[in-house]
Amino acid sequence: MTIMETRKHGDAGDGLLGTRYSRLDGKLKTTGGATYALEHPVKNLTYAVLVQSTIPAGRVVKVDATQAAAAPGVLMVLTPEDDLGLKVASDWYGNRPENQPFNPLPRDVSFNGQATAAVIAETLEQATEAARLVKVSYEETPPVMSLDDPNAGDGKVVDMLTVAWGDAEAAFAEAPVKIEAEYRTPREYHVPIEPHGLTVKWEGDFLTVWEPSQWTHGMARTYAEWFGIPYENVRIVSPFIGGGFGSKAMGYAYSAVAAAAARTLGRPVKLAVTRPQTFTAYGGRAATKQTIRIGATENGVLQAIVHNGASETSVFADFPEQTGAATPLLYAVPNLSTRHRLIPVNTVTPGALRAPGKNPSAFGLESAIEELAYAIGMDPLELRLKNYADHDYQSGKPWSTRRLREALTEGAEAFGWSRRSHAPRSMRDGRQLVGWGIGCGCFPVLTAASEALIRVLGDGSVEVVSGAIDMGQGTYTILAQTAAEALGVPTEQIAVRLGDSSLPGATVAGGSMLAGAITGAVHKAATAAREELIGLALNDARSPFRETGANTLTLADGRIAVPSGEGPSLTLAELMSALGRESIEAQRNTLPEGANGPEDHRRSWTTMANIQGPTAGDLSMHSWCAHFVEVKVDEDFGTVRVSRVVSAFDCGRLYNPKLAESQWRGGIIMGIGQALLEEGLVDARNGRVINNNLGDYLVPTNADVPHIQVISVGIPDHDASVLGGKGVGEVGIVGVAPAIANAVFHATGKRVRDLPITLEKLI
Amino acid sequence: MRDFSYLRASSAEEARHAALQVGATLLAGGTTLLDLAKCGVIEPETVVDITHLSGLGQIAVNKDGATIGALARMGEVAEHPQIRADFPAVAESLSLAASAQLRNMATIGGNLLQRTRCPYFRDPGTFSACNKRSPGSGCSAIGGVTRNHAVLGTSDSCIASYPGDLAVALVAFDALVDLGSRKVAVDEFFLLPGDTPDRETVLERGEMITAISIPASAAAKNSTYLKIRDRQSYEFAAASAAVGIEFEADGRTVRNIRVALGGVATKPWRARSVEQALAGKVLDADAVDKASRLAVEGAVAHGGNHYKIELAPRVVARAILTMAQNMGVLA
Repeated sequence: MTIMETRKHGDAGDGLLGTRYSRLDGKLKTTGGATYALEHPVKNLTYAVLVQSTIPAGRVVKVDATQAAAAPGVLMVLTPEDDLGLKVASDWYGNRPENQPFNPLPRDVSFNGQATAAVIAETLEQATEAARLVKVSYEETPPVMSLDDPNAGDGKVVDMLTVAWGDAEAAFAEAPVKIEAEYRTPREYHVPIEPHGLTVKWEGDFLTVWEPSQWTHGMARTYAEWFGIPYENVRIVSPFIGGGFGSKAMGYAYSAVAAAAARTLGRPVKLAVTRPQTFTAYGGRAATKQTIRIGATENGVLQAIVHNGASETSVFADFPEQTGAATPLLYAVPNLSTRHRLIPVNTVTPGALRAPGKNPSAFGLESAIEELAYAIGMDPLELRLKNYADHDYQSGKPWSTRRLREALTEGAEAFGWSRRSHAPRSMRDGRQLVGWGIGCGCFPVLTAASEALIRVLGDGSVEVVSGAIDMGQGTYTILAQTAAEALGVPTEQIAVRLGDSSLPGATVAGGSMLAGAITGAVHKAATAAREELIGLALNDARSPFRETGANTLTLADGRIAVPSGEGPSLTLAELMSALGRESIEAQRNTLPEGANGPEDHRRSWTTMANIQGPTAGDLSMHSWCAHFVEVKVDEDFGTVRVSRVVSAFDCGRLYNPKLAESQWRGGIIMGIGQALLEEGLVDARNGRVINNNLGDYLVPTNADVPHIQVISVGIPDHDASVLGGKGVGEVGIVGVAPAIANAVFHATGKRVRDLPITLEKLI
Repeated sequence: MRDFSYLRASSAEEARHAALQVGATLLAGGTTLLDLAKCGVIEPETVVDITHLSGLGQIAVNKDGATIGALARMGEVAEHPQIRADFPAVAESLSLAASAQLRNMATIGGNLLQRTRCPYFRDPGTFSACNKRSPGSGCSAIGGVTRNHAVLGTSDSCIASYPGDLAVALVAFDALVDLGSRKVAVDEFFLLPGDTPDRETVLERGEMITAISIPASAAAKNSTYLKIRDRQSYEFAAASAAVGIEFEADGRTVRNIRVALGGVATKPWRARSVEQALAGKVLDADAVDKASRLAVEGAVAHGGNHYKIELAPRVVARAILTMAQNMGVLA
């Protein structure tokens, strides 16, 4: 259980929505007071260590665990021989095969680094050593290593991702100006600083799991289904998460192994996935390739976009990294076709990594747009404004709000874009070639219902309670602000409790939708609590307001009073005391009327089936951004340094600009890594990710990050959410990599179409 | 990791004696030992802790040169005012190495003995072949992902690059490794892999680095360390160069130039052919460019590391020209 105490910091203003309130969890995290899943103290604990496969494809013939089992402290060795008695759980959308056994340590090996055994011992050191003594014999089969493997084939077209209007091929053929190029992105990884893992404890048929979770309710369902126990018997506890980026929204094979081991042993188990193991214990962003053809007039009016993309997936499950996700949305184009293929290779099933789809899609399109700009000799900013989409060409619907034009013009102004000289290699600073580039991005507004509880206590304090989570994006903080505003109570009087599946239901912290969903629920519950307080104050026989004759009351700054200012003015504590109440509760959700039964709750909190896409209604709703980047490229060494970034965003209303800006900057920094550093290096002989650690898988350090100026150009969008915000968390990374690639081209005259842009590609 | 016994040495003599045992490993800063023990590359039976030995952490600089105790921390040496004044390349090589946290822990003696970052060396659970780890087992790196492997000093047995920065600066300025009973030039201290890549230095069982001494020289005083990499901090060099120059009284003619390379060779690489090509010459950009190309004479690429053959001479040339410019010799 975690209760966040609210405090003002610095120039925080009044703490209401829209003010720059500092993160409530900040102090706990920076002082070590925040307890993460693997730090949760549990008595009688045992330790599990995974053994991963060392071949890419084949079958486990034999696991010789004799030595491991005999090693000091070892309690159990689990191998593919063991029937753990688990059943396959539902997918994200709630679809579940009937009664199908689930073996998290399967005999069939389909990627290097797949979980094949686990050792449980009295200490971590004993389990680690014994895990190395487990001898696995394999029968190998020929693997498919990558998109480029001659045996990979063309894969399969994902029909639901095909988008077409007009006659793109014909229009392209007739266009006076044509560009065509292939763009590639490699495997990329989340590498959150808190690695994955869990602590599990059974009490009879009740299971408690301390595991970092972007979705406590969804993961509770998964465990319940694996073990065939009621949903209510599972409790996922996740008050703090050290970064998720999409990787902590589901239970993985190792989660099942730890929970099964704990049940068999009758003792709690802690399983910490090692940093190298995280590279294959769950999937990062799939490698992608895409060919883009753009046809345009000589003065830069788009005629056609023909797009063909592909991403890798595992040989046993489909996870498309949608290369065409942003392609139909950014520009006005009368003819378009986009198609995406999935190509199975021997990899862990890829997963969602910050702005899945939109991110590689924008890399392709936003690189290609600048290639067109140079082909016709037009300023890339002008080309983008010239082809501005005044509505959503894909759905035919009007935008709810689209301030991308303002993002482009205000970003350009702040960056000083007008001082640019167009020709590549025309700007320099000594031996450093200077280049400027633009990249636009978008991210859809996804909407979902959530639920929250407001509890006003006798001492006048207020609790906000929800099973939603905070992985650093600021849920604790903005919920305190939301409740403060709706209730008229200072933020300091509000405590927020989150990250526990036993609390009221919430949608996943993914798809940039949690803030919009959960602020709506908290606002509704807080408004109800306020109404109840006022109602009691007016009507309760014990209330000093009863005799005032007022027909309503004000609630502001934590005091309840008569609007005229005459008569009594009570603090909430005084009112609660007068009423003789220890607490007043209001639990509300944002499910539609008539769809508020138990089954609706189950579907809405534990599956993604009820999530609405950006064009579910009459409008097309998205967040937008434009990045302006300056790079300096050493002409001898090919080293690229990002020296300046100005990014302008339309994310609607910002509930807390300080936290929104922080998320944008985080996305931009991740984009710098994607553009210049990040790449899973796979040994083509055995499919091993060989740079599976933070020394070799490079993410930006502070030295790689310049000053990043962010600008909000959004206006409240009440179609997108109750309180007017659009998604913030993911759009920041979208468009950064192409902006950098475009700037590198401007600096050097070299177009790098495969990420990352490492020095050997430029010397 | 395997259980091991732990011995805290109370004297250098005791440490040497304990280190004579098979399976014994000295522990100083521990940054390499702990890392490689976690990878399963080093499985010590006895860890001999030398961090409490007195007198091994001192840094002394006088007109003859510098003596740096083996237990001095990387960070201390990098910040030492006299090292910075008289041996800037040495100080810079340290401040550009690793991360602040590692530099605060790692010692100078341990830094010299830092093992390669070859991913195949570091993953015995997946790649059983590694001549450095188990002699005669083969080399998994050849034919694998080799972007960061060496192009100089390689053999059919091993192409792992020497990862350190400090030793590159040391080899340029004829530093000596003090082993107590003998002193060895840094250039001779490190061995080429040849057929025995498991043997990386001349250090014999029971020997211990006690200090490093660097002779003072005008070249060392007028020196720099240039490290090129994709990430601006906490990454090993794609290529690096330590350069020091002394000019004749005319202020133009090279009397003495020192050049060493890092990130591209199997050991800290003194580029004597570059030095010879420039000694006695008046520096100009063309001469430097031509001479710098000699730095990679005999280089052999293995797949992804071919760019280093192009990059390394450019790094050498830039370092020389930058030094010359800083000294007012070139515009």
